[in-house]
Amino acid sequence: MKRLNKSSVLFLVGAVLVFSVIQVLISMKIINSFWSTILLQAGVMAIVALGLNLIYGFNGQFSLGQYGFYAIGAYTAADITYRWTQLHSASGLTVVLMIAILAGITIMLIRNVVTKIRGLDTLSAFALYLTAVVFSIFVAIKIGQLIANPVTALFNSLPEQTSQYIIYLLAVLLGGAIAAEVSFLFGLPVLTLGSDYFGIATLGFSIIVKVLLDNSDTMLGFAEMKGARGMIGIPKVTTWAFVFFFLLLTVVIIRNLLNSSYGRAIVSIREDETAATSMGIDVAFYKTITFVIGSFFAGLAGGLYAHINGFLHPNTFSFVKSFDPLIIVVFGGLGSVTGTVGAAFGWALVLEGVLRLVLPDGFETWRFVIYPALLLVMMLLKPNGLFGNYEIPFIRSIVPALKEKKADSETAKEAA
Amino acid sequence: MERKNQNPIVNWIVKSKILGILFFVIIGAFAVYKLGTALFDNPSLFLQQVVNGLQLGFVYALIALGYTMIYGIIQLINFAHGDIFMVGAFASFYSISRYNVHLWFQNLFPSVPVMLAQIIGTVTVILVSMVVCALLAYTIERIAYKPLRTAPRISALITAIGISFFLEYFGALNFVFSPNYITYQRPFAVKSWFVGPSGFGSIESGIAPPAHSIIFSNIFLIIVFASLLLLLVLQYIVKKTKIGKAMRAVAYDKPTARLMGINSDAIISVTFALGAALAGAAGVLYAIAFPQVFFSMGITPGMKAFVAAVVGGIGSIPGAFIGALIMGQAETLSAAYISTPMRDAIAFSLLIVVLLIRPKGIMGETSSEKV
Repeated sequence: MKRLNKSSVLFLVGAVLVFSVIQVLISMKIINSFWSTILLQAGVMAIVALGLNLIYGFNGQFSLGQYGFYAIGAYTAADITYRWTQLHSASGLTVVLMIAILAGITIMLIRNVVTKIRGLDTLSAFALYLTAVVFSIFVAIKIGQLIANPVTALFNSLPEQTSQYIIYLLAVLLGGAIAAEVSFLFGLPVLTLGSDYFGIATLGFSIIVKVLLDNSDTMLGFAEMKGARGMIGIPKVTTWAFVFFFLLLTVVIIRNLLNSSYGRAIVSIREDETAATSMGIDVAFYKTITFVIGSFFAGLAGGLYAHINGFLHPNTFSFVKSFDPLIIVVFGGLGSVTGTVGAAFGWALVLEGVLRLVLPDGFETWRFVIYPALLLVMMLLKPNGLFGNYEIPFIRSIVPALKEKKADSETAKEAA
Repeated sequence: MERKNQNPIVNWIVKSKILGILFFVIIGAFAVYKLGTALFDNPSLFLQQVVNGLQLGFVYALIALGYTMIYGIIQLINFAHGDIFMVGAFASFYSISRYNVHLWFQNLFPSVPVMLAQIIGTVTVILVSMVVCALLAYTIERIAYKPLRTAPRISALITAIGISFFLEYFGALNFVFSPNYITYQRPFAVKSWFVGPSGFGSIESGIAPPAHSIIFSNIFLIIVFASLLLLLVLQYIVKKTKIGKAMRAVAYDKPTARLMGINSDAIISVTFALGAALAGAAGVLYAIAFPQVFFSMGITPGMKAFVAAVVGGIGSIPGAFIGALIMGQAETLSAAYISTPMRDAIAFSLLIVVLLIRPKGIMGETSSEKV
């Protein structure tokens, strides 16, 4: 009960208040479907950006691959629910669940082996992981197909609405899980690269994912994803309640992570890798785990996003768009959870909503001329982001005050 | 990690790094097998692909040089570079179809042979685009990047992304470049030749070239010659002139260069202008090779050229050139022999593989001098 202090209570009350006010406005149709869709997308974008903020803002790993994991999560979740609603089969769910579980177990087992072998180089470890995971996936697909029919029968025995929501929630979580596992395999070798090279490699990753999705029907064999024509027929089940719940969950998880020894470790890696190593922090491990957690949130957000419009297109995940979370994170202030959420909502509301409405007819295309101009002015006036290091008390009371600490050490230096 | 493992076999596996090596050897063996059988089955087709890849690679090289120079001097990934390339292509489009710049020389000196006049006309078009792009980049640098010299690096990066968006979407407005795909009129007539076992000759329209011969056109020749010439000029500027020396000094150590009396801001502006001029030339050559211009044409070639610069070792001029040639080959060969729709994925996988084997790119560590 020690944790339940004033700021936590205030935060909870505030969250419930914000949620219920918007929920009431939506159900009373005061917020029409145009604005509510924007709100949903803003919430989803906030989750993606929070994941990136963990990777870049708190751990200092410059990643441009967030949209790749977002896409993986979106398509994974969409495939599961598509198979359930359109094909009336839980095979998508069982196969992906099995892949997630078995690949996860395999990664754990191999990790046990790899940590026991001293001094194994990253590429060898990567080769080990990859081979084992590929085998586990083959096994998982077989098992998943075996248990597909009984599971389908089980879900059929439940009321329609219930099974729909259970499958949807599982699909969203599995989207995150698959994204996390892919990010582990990809991040393991790539995280050894320097900061900029890591960014470039992750950019390459998101482009590879996009190309794969463009050819998902021909090359990957997922006919229902329809490649570059875009996937349709996904149930539109994401509502404000789901988005808000997952956003809240993300904020609380990230806040608690940052409060733990884990949080202090990743922040110390951002500040100085060498010093962190000398303090006994396993830099490679923490970098990987941060990348995995950040990608998990991206995949989770992807699952939510897929069920907003019921339509997915690879162009949504093109590399030009993959700058969006980065822009949001920088706008909100690197390493500020509050700032990221605020910036995500502000960004979506201004760019998708206000600019669309304010501009007169025929000037629709000016939206993306004004946007970079805003970006430029913003960078010139406030290079540290709108919120800088500001956090709401609920998060601030927990995160060690980075700015003050830094200032202290500087003044100490000056004094010396 | 000095402590040894108990088991000698495990110890050997660790020490020899055999697993990682095996992994890459398998990937490499697959590529070699694919390409080897392709060469064996139909050598002329293979060489034709190589020629096509060279054409693409030389264009990428010109763009990649700009990326590598700008990264070398201020460690900025200039995402707007691809869009400057687009502006270069559009500048040549307007100078050809609206102002007939390619005919100026011919009209001034009607007695000059047509072929020479065409070459000079093309060169004029390229020069016009280069100047336009250099001025544009200089302006952008002054307005957008210079105030951010002392800001965190990420601010400059976001600004570069913003400039990139701005150039694209401002260009997409109806009164600027329009959002349409526009057919590009080449400044010269296309002429093709064949070379092969049945000899060398020009291809006349309506007559098929002899079998098993490689076809190349004057487009290929112009691209190769223009790129090589520009590379040599750049190499001369960087290595032999005073301004090049200053550029290298700023790239090496900015504060010290400033102490030596070098105006580092001016030098950075010049570097931007120089890189943009090369991108402008690349834009013209790309539009000549693939005669279509549109507002977002810079994204993909820009990205590939950037990857080429990274593969070659960012900051190194010869590296950018080698990387671009590799990227050109990777793209055409994988399109021809592995999978056409997957060629971009293969090209970017190559990037990741190269980075894993050589984290600073192919020429990254060997060349200590950066520009």
